[in-house]
Amino acid sequence: MTMLPPISCLTIVPLLGAIAVLMLGAKSKKLARGLALAFAFVALAITLILWFRFNPHSGGLQFEEVYSWIPELGVQYHVGIDGLGLLMLLLSAIVVPMAMAASWQIQGKISLYFSLILMLEAGLFGTFTALNFFHWFLYWELSLIPAFFLIRLWGGPQRATAASQFFLYTMVGSVALLLAFLAIFLCTGKFDFMDLADLAKNGQLVSAFAAISDWHRFTAEKIALILCSGVFLGFAVKVPLVPFHTWLPATYAEAPAGTTMLLTGTMSKMGVYGVLRILLPIFYVQLRVVRTPLLWLAVATIVLSAYAALAQKDLKRIFAYSSINHLGYCMLGIFSILKFTGDDPGLATEKAAALDGVFLQMFNHGLTAATLFWFVALLEKRSGGLRGLDDFGGLRKVIPVFCGLMGIALFSSMGLPGLNGFVGEFLIFKGTFPLAIWPTSVSVLGLLLTAIFILTILQRVFSGPLQERWSHMPDLTVQERLALLPAIGLMFVLGLYPQLVLGVINSTAMQMVQQLRF
Amino acid sequence: MRAPWQLADPNDPGNLTMLAWTIYISFLAVPVLLLLPKTSSRAARVFALLAAAAGFAVTLWGFAQQQSGALVTVARIPWVPSLGFEYHLAADGVSMTLLLLTGIVAISGVLFSWNIEHRTREFFAFYLALIGGVYGVFLSFDLLLLFVFYEIAIIPKYFLIAIWGSTRREYAAMKLALYSFVGSAMVLVGLIAAYVVAGTRTMDLVQLSQFPFPAHFQMWAFPLVFLGFGILAGLWPFHTWAPTGHVAAPTAASMLLAGVVMKLGAYGCLRVAMTLFPRGLDAWGFHVLGFGSWRDVFAVLALIGIVYGAMVALVQRDFKFVIGYSSVSHMGFVLLGLMTLQQVGLDGAVLQMFSHGVLAGLLFAVVGRMVYDRTHTRDLSELERMDLSKALPFAAVTFVLAGMASVGLPGFSGFVAELQVLIGTWRAFPSFAIVAGLGIVIGIAYTWRAMQKAFFGAPSHSASAPTAPLPPISLAERIGAVILLCASVIIGLYPQLLLRVIGPALHSPLFDGLWKGSGR
Amino acid sequence: MITFNYLDLLHLVMPEVIVVIAALCVLSVDLIFLRGAGTRLRISVGAMLSLAGCAAAIVWILRAAQFASVLDGMLVVNPLAQRMQIAVLVLTILTILIFIGSTFTEHISEYLALILLATVSMMFLVTTQNLLVIFLSLELLSLSLYILTAFNKSSARSAEAALKYFLFGGISAAFLLFGFSLLYGLSNSTNLSSVAGSIQRPFLDPLLIVAIVMTMVGLGFKVAAVPFHFWAPDVYQGAPAPSAALIASASKVASFFILYQVMVIGLADAEGSSAWRGYVSGWVPLAAIVASVSMVLGNLVAILQTSVRRLLAYSAVAHAGYMLLGILSHTGQSLSALLYYSITYALTVLGAFGVVALVEGETGGDRLSDFAGLSRRAPLPSLCMLIFLLSLAGIPPLAGFFGKFYLFTTVMTSTPGTLGLLWLVILAVAMSAVSLYYYLKVLKFIYVTDPPTGAAPIRVSILKQVVLGLIALSVVLLGCAPNLLLRWL
Repeated sequence: MTMLPPISCLTIVPLLGAIAVLMLGAKSKKLARGLALAFAFVALAITLILWFRFNPHSGGLQFEEVYSWIPELGVQYHVGIDGLGLLMLLLSAIVVPMAMAASWQIQGKISLYFSLILMLEAGLFGTFTALNFFHWFLYWELSLIPAFFLIRLWGGPQRATAASQFFLYTMVGSVALLLAFLAIFLCTGKFDFMDLADLAKNGQLVSAFAAISDWHRFTAEKIALILCSGVFLGFAVKVPLVPFHTWLPATYAEAPAGTTMLLTGTMSKMGVYGVLRILLPIFYVQLRVVRTPLLWLAVATIVLSAYAALAQKDLKRIFAYSSINHLGYCMLGIFSILKFTGDDPGLATEKAAALDGVFLQMFNHGLTAATLFWFVALLEKRSGGLRGLDDFGGLRKVIPVFCGLMGIALFSSMGLPGLNGFVGEFLIFKGTFPLAIWPTSVSVLGLLLTAIFILTILQRVFSGPLQERWSHMPDLTVQERLALLPAIGLMFVLGLYPQLVLGVINSTAMQMVQQLRF
Repeated sequence: MRAPWQLADPNDPGNLTMLAWTIYISFLAVPVLLLLPKTSSRAARVFALLAAAAGFAVTLWGFAQQQSGALVTVARIPWVPSLGFEYHLAADGVSMTLLLLTGIVAISGVLFSWNIEHRTREFFAFYLALIGGVYGVFLSFDLLLLFVFYEIAIIPKYFLIAIWGSTRREYAAMKLALYSFVGSAMVLVGLIAAYVVAGTRTMDLVQLSQFPFPAHFQMWAFPLVFLGFGILAGLWPFHTWAPTGHVAAPTAASMLLAGVVMKLGAYGCLRVAMTLFPRGLDAWGFHVLGFGSWRDVFAVLALIGIVYGAMVALVQRDFKFVIGYSSVSHMGFVLLGLMTLQQVGLDGAVLQMFSHGVLAGLLFAVVGRMVYDRTHTRDLSELERMDLSKALPFAAVTFVLAGMASVGLPGFSGFVAELQVLIGTWRAFPSFAIVAGLGIVIGIAYTWRAMQKAFFGAPSHSASAPTAPLPPISLAERIGAVILLCASVIIGLYPQLLLRVIGPALHSPLFDGLWKGSGR
Repeated sequence: MITFNYLDLLHLVMPEVIVVIAALCVLSVDLIFLRGAGTRLRISVGAMLSLAGCAAAIVWILRAAQFASVLDGMLVVNPLAQRMQIAVLVLTILTILIFIGSTFTEHISEYLALILLATVSMMFLVTTQNLLVIFLSLELLSLSLYILTAFNKSSARSAEAALKYFLFGGISAAFLLFGFSLLYGLSNSTNLSSVAGSIQRPFLDPLLIVAIVMTMVGLGFKVAAVPFHFWAPDVYQGAPAPSAALIASASKVASFFILYQVMVIGLADAEGSSAWRGYVSGWVPLAAIVASVSMVLGNLVAILQTSVRRLLAYSAVAHAGYMLLGILSHTGQSLSALLYYSITYALTVLGAFGVVALVEGETGGDRLSDFAGLSRRAPLPSLCMLIFLLSLAGIPPLAGFFGKFYLFTTVMTSTPGTLGLLWLVILAVAMSAVSLYYYLKVLKFIYVTDPPTGAAPIRVSILKQVVLGLIALSVVLLGCAPNLLLRWL
């Protein structure tokens, strides 16, 4: 059974799919779509196999593969997953077919579109499994290019600016990331995240920077801080954190629905994942120095984005800001555990809880936000492109099933107990409260604002007076219902039985906390 | 018995006699092309493609054979016995890398010239003569022979540009030819001096590299020869032939110019200047304006080239000039890598030669063939109004990939190469590495700008006169682009393929003097 | 004094005798049998006879290598001299082949006979080491060439060129004679070796210095070195193409050979040195100055020319500069380099004049614009011209490159242990880089510029094509495999 390295296979499958779709799908729309979906399902199947063969009691890396690659540069092909990685793989594998389903009626070069989505998926898988900077960064950028084209070629009227903004912002972040890692490599000669984390743990990382402090006035600590902020910038843009978020609303609004789902569902997680996998283990000493500003940055993200969402008229923009808001909670959780707690076992538990919450929140938000954007797409299809808050009203009478299902997703996003959104946010707040009282308290404001704008949507779109022009709007078709069912189902399942996921991620969270103990 | 696709045992020197055929095939094709019937340009194309493909096949075969990276003789017969010149062809890892590059660029260059209708036979005849000369340079280990091939490459370049070129073609062609010739004149003086000073009646590179030339002699011979070759490598401030030449040249010629010919210069710097006169890199013992050795001088020039090329590329209005200046910038990395005198820096320099060869070729193909031949303009502000990403999506995707690759996106060859150069620079001249990094960042900026303007500009609705639809990208172009992209990706993902042979080659006896120099 | 009879002497000068007989035959056959015949036939017969004569002479020379030095060096026959004779004869043959088809004159037999007489004088020139015979042969050669230059009676230019040539030639002959007589006075001998034996170092006799300068002036005129080159552009432009070709090729080879003999053998101990910071008075510094001025001036002025013939003339001046380098380095190897250079140069320039004649026949001029689009009108001659001009520019793998390379190498090796003559080599290499510009300019018109509208393809006779092709092939071949020629030198 262990003949094929599962992770490499998982990464290659969508890549092969992308090529196959591009080659074969040029002639026939149906073939292109079917083929792409088939490959996405194969990837999902492999992910599920990984899920079931994963040992949930170990917090370490599993399914590791290490091959020598470019010995001159200390580059190895090193992949592996822990609970977090596995969760992200599963999320990507789920969101991609959803995105494909949402793009079923896309116009233009179908084969290229689906091929790009598969390429994006490969990039995602790679990013979530790679443990050596070299190919991690490769995947990180690989996902950027298809996303750019998806937006640029199939986006809305303002796609040109949106795509440029998206690309430039993330590129600037990437460059910062790359330069920082080059500097790290030049000092340490290592590219492997695990090795670098070990160096950091032993305190050798900073002393390695001392090598370059002799020709500059900077001390090694300062250099470490500069490099840390370079890496941080790369991730902060991707997540995004206020004030690096300005690319996001326009991009989400202009991107075609399927792409927006991918962007919010998976690509934003790349940023959070990067922080957890790379920034935190390597630079926790430096991060700890600036913990308080970072925490308030997270709070600003949460509150401001929720407030901004309140002011929007465009459904897509509302959800875009809500995305920023939800990921803000993740960042809050992450930054809060930087607190030095010594050997206090109680606080360690809280940290683990916060981390669990962060993991869960990543997954949940991915699922919920993607579903919400899907609903917007379905609505747009029925309204002929309209998606303003004021364009509708009383739809619940015309399309009850649609409204019901979308309502569930909205409540999930709001964090209603019983649905998936609640568990993650609850765990985060539970964990962070003892670690960072004031920021947590302020960020609760975000929850409130979220509730307000979600209820506004419910009120303005679903209830109220029905506009005459929508009186013949068709409800969800059977296919659409079937396609949506798994996503809605999953929201319930995770809301009622979070253990399903927690079981997998808990030991990983524990281990991370262990690592950051001192 | 080894299957043909298996790589050779690294310890097996192998028999590379076949490699000489890269030269012969190209040169023999020239008269055959000229004798083809005048009317059939198709026959000329197909034949040129076959010749290029045959050459490429031979290099591939040779590459599979030559896995040790060490120097293997291909052919060695007396040439002018009374003066001790030999017809000495050989190949080591560096040669193999560049031969492979030549093969790749040659074949895709033919594919991108598929639309040449004007004097087709002559075009491909000059083209293949140039290719033959290039192969010859990379294979020669007798200095006179090397020089002969080096010069052979000059003349076809002139005609390719002067006859089939565009903007100010005659001026550019003449400028290019004269710059090259001046450079080679400097080289010639250096070579004659080396021959005479050694007095051993040999032009054999390996033997001469073992000869202990007097230090004061090396001190002036090194810069002379390095500069002579450096001119063709686009060394700042002698680079000015490059942008004008690239811009004026027809697509295939720009591809060859940037892809291969500039490598001739860099190759000469490494293979001749640095092996014959390694002591020329030593410290002078005094300082002038902060420069303590020729090494410092050339490193600074290379660095200026990197940044200057990038900055100038940033403000160009002509699409092709952007790529032209970017070539200067990228070749700066090669020269900077050479001047690091670090194993990793030299590795990187050679790899960068390959990488830039492939990517510059591709970029010029996109600009010259895919865009210019269809739109008949290269003015970025005009292209901006055409929204080419819709009209020519393939070109747009190719350009984005190639552009990203050339600014050093991991996964493509440029990253590994420039990274190694940076590491070498970091070790040799720490502060230069920062500046070179700045060059990369500017590189991203100009690539982005060009891409945005050329492909993703806003279509002007005011001038919505129904223009004729642009002809679609042909199959030949697609194949050519895919070949070049694949080469970059393969090397980007598995640079070991080349590094494995480059490393040992840089430690052959040829480079002894270089590594043993004082203070290294 | 060694005794020998006239039969032996006849035997030694048999090649010359054969050529003279051929010249007489050409004259008499034409006068007696072909008075009323058409031009074509007369050219064919006359050329046949001339070619046969030259060929017979070559065969005679090849038949047996001889060694002899008789009459106080008046006749010195050795393998090298014999090979020089062959070279001169081959170049003459090629000149005659280029002549076939020309229409500029009615007096075919006279023209051919003059060519043959010029050849005879060159043959004597290369087989003597005696001042007297040198002077006599040079005069015979010059007289023939003056007439050959003036042969196009319908062209004022031809006459003007001949007059200039004649005046300059006369003055230079006077200089030469003055120089020679001083040498004779100093050494009491006309034999070059004896002259050398009487020179005393370290301080040169002022008279000897005058003699050296005078000799240099006289011979400098023959090889068209600056500042004695003024006749060259006009003669190259005005003379009928075959005459110009002969002046530029065979006469150049012979003149350089004899210049080498006079300087290296006759003034053996008066070389001096022109090494950087190592100046010693003698004829070498003088030659170095003449050489460098020729290279610089020739190349720079050639850039400005718009007439291809004048361009070739100035390029000839420049090449004379290069070849002087071979003389002033005066080692055994440098003679071989010089001869290789001069022979390949002669071949090349002969071919170039062949193409120029062809174009003139078609367009009536030799301006650059007359060459426009030639590659489309006459592909093979254009290709040949490409080879000739690139060879002149010194582009490998053509003969011109190897010649330059070899020459420069020997110049550098001539001062063992130091790089004293490096400055000359650098100058020469730099100037040859400059020369590429004007050669490429011609090629640009041939290959790049479009032909004038309505220009029909040029019909070139098979013979011309073969001749030009052969010359071009030999230029390529001698460049790729220099040993073919080198082992004879």
